[in-house]
Amino acid sequence: MKPRVASRGIGLGIAMFAPAVLYIVALVGLPFVMAFLYAFGDVRIGSEGYNFVGLENFASVLESPSFRKALGNSFIFTISSQVLVLVGATILALALQSRFRGRGFVRFLILLPWVAPISLGAIGWKWILDSLYSVINWVLVALHLAKPFDAPMWLGEPKLAMLSVILVHTWRLLPFSTVIVLAGLTAIPRDIPEAAAVDGARFWRTLFQITLPMMRPILNVALLFGIIFTFTDMTVVYILTAGGPFDSTQVLPSLAFTTGILGGDLSAGAAISIFLVPILVVVAYGMLRVAHRSEVV
Amino acid sequence: MAIVETRGVTKVFKKGELGAVNDVDLVTHEGEFLVFLGPSGSGKTTLLRMIAGLETPTRGEILIGGQVVNHMTPRERRIAMVFQSYALYPHLTVRNNIAFPLKAQGVPRGLHKEKVEWAAGLLGIQRLLERKPRELSGGERQRVALARAIVREPSVFLLDEPLSNLDAKLRASAREELETFHRRIATTTIYVTHDQVEAMAMGDRVVVLHQGRVRQIGTPTEVYDDPADTFVATFLGSPPMNLLEHDHTIVGFRPEHLMPAEQARGTTVKLPLKVQNVEYLGADWIVYGLLEGGRFAGKPVRARLLDASGFRIGDLREFAVPEDRLRFFDRESEKKTAPKAMEWS
Repeated sequence: MKPRVASRGIGLGIAMFAPAVLYIVALVGLPFVMAFLYAFGDVRIGSEGYNFVGLENFASVLESPSFRKALGNSFIFTISSQVLVLVGATILALALQSRFRGRGFVRFLILLPWVAPISLGAIGWKWILDSLYSVINWVLVALHLAKPFDAPMWLGEPKLAMLSVILVHTWRLLPFSTVIVLAGLTAIPRDIPEAAAVDGARFWRTLFQITLPMMRPILNVALLFGIIFTFTDMTVVYILTAGGPFDSTQVLPSLAFTTGILGGDLSAGAAISIFLVPILVVVAYGMLRVAHRSEVV
Repeated sequence: MAIVETRGVTKVFKKGELGAVNDVDLVTHEGEFLVFLGPSGSGKTTLLRMIAGLETPTRGEILIGGQVVNHMTPRERRIAMVFQSYALYPHLTVRNNIAFPLKAQGVPRGLHKEKVEWAAGLLGIQRLLERKPRELSGGERQRVALARAIVREPSVFLLDEPLSNLDAKLRASAREELETFHRRIATTTIYVTHDQVEAMAMGDRVVVLHQGRVRQIGTPTEVYDDPADTFVATFLGSPPMNLLEHDHTIVGFRPEHLMPAEQARGTTVKLPLKVQNVEYLGADWIVYGLLEGGRFAGKPVRARLLDASGFRIGDLREFAVPEDRLRFFDRESEKKTAPKAMEWS
């Protein structure tokens, strides 16, 4: 009996694995290798042949003010949105954990931004934040909080534009993190917060000294995913501002895309995107270590 | 220290359903070890959780130290509770677990170390202070939970089946330790268990609960020797009391009081018995038999004997029960009634 199961197991295993492996090799592995080759060569759209140029691309990218601006923006964008997401997700998860009428429906509503295609969502936001047709401004004007023709240009002023992309990205990641945090919260045995209550702890002490520390591994996972999703993502930025005005919301992925694909300088684009790799490797390694160390029970 | 009192306490979880706890009235004595005993689903843990302030009674009042505490948080009730799972904080060291109630209740920081060490010393766990709960054995965890409960010197101790997660051998020694511990601190203690041996061994008094109602409150001797109804009679004792129905009466006697006729002293009721099965349990024997002849012919009974080595299956033996060992219950209400003259043959 055993050998048959085993041999079928191997064949079946390969068959089950193949699509995933193929997918990763074709869509992740191959482009990744190509990006490395391009980053060390002189490839432009339409050029023929390949000359190895060493670190030249990196050197020229590093000198460009656009790149430095985008690097800084990437950090601002990622850190701000992740802080907002984690705080927001924790509050939402705590609220959704308590029982109330219509909880299922509220959970569904909160998940909606994650389920809806991101481009649709972002286009919706583009309209909400539009310079002429912004519903926010319409409301502000109607409430006499802003003057007509002098309402905030949400996507047109550097600081406001950055704030806008951060908030929209937060809106988009919030459901996912909420679900992760909620799962972590549900995994805490009911006895523990009850014991804390009997021990005399009130809400904040229970939250900061018992619940959150016990959820640290799962919060780390949420944060790790969030950082990677944010650092490598350009959808929100590209649709809302395309990096503008004046590179004020340009992040590394959008700069890589603009330079490499739209600008035709594949090597420079590849060099920019490869800059992300060591940063993300360090982040991932650090988070996994912390998650492992603080594993509970 | 304080007296705990419940007045007509009822807990209904779902409207229209039978309450988990129904009209419970009881008063502890000062410094007493009171045991809530009942099968699972009898409402004993719910009752304890209402006293702790983790559940709100649907009706009735709970008093601690003469004060109605229904609307007080667990914090304000100044109680300590040990959970069945111990509910230790997994991310904190033993020291910080024990110190947590002190921090939470605003005990001056300078006193923490001394108090933690006092509590740890009381339970003999000083060497474990820097460990995390996951590095402890079941017995050690239980002691940490006790230390965490005792450290704030509570007015009432609530213990929810604290021994049920220990293996049998450890349980006996932990039980003895708990008894010693209670004698030393002499704080009013309410202890929930489904284990009659624990209840009998530890309780100053036992509250027997069934379907959310108090069936009997009494010392272990009272509930065992003089059960208030047939539920108490059969829930306590292993094997349970023999019950025989007769007209409007149920007559009962404990297996250890059903003995070979020649051993019975005083006025006895003779009961011939056909042996069906014999079990050797080490310290004693259980004889399963069917009554022969008379009014109760064919009824199964159990006898507990010190020696039944000579018994064979199929033997017909003369057994007897001393008359003063007979207990009588009303067949309708199943409650205890006065002794009656009975026709046995």
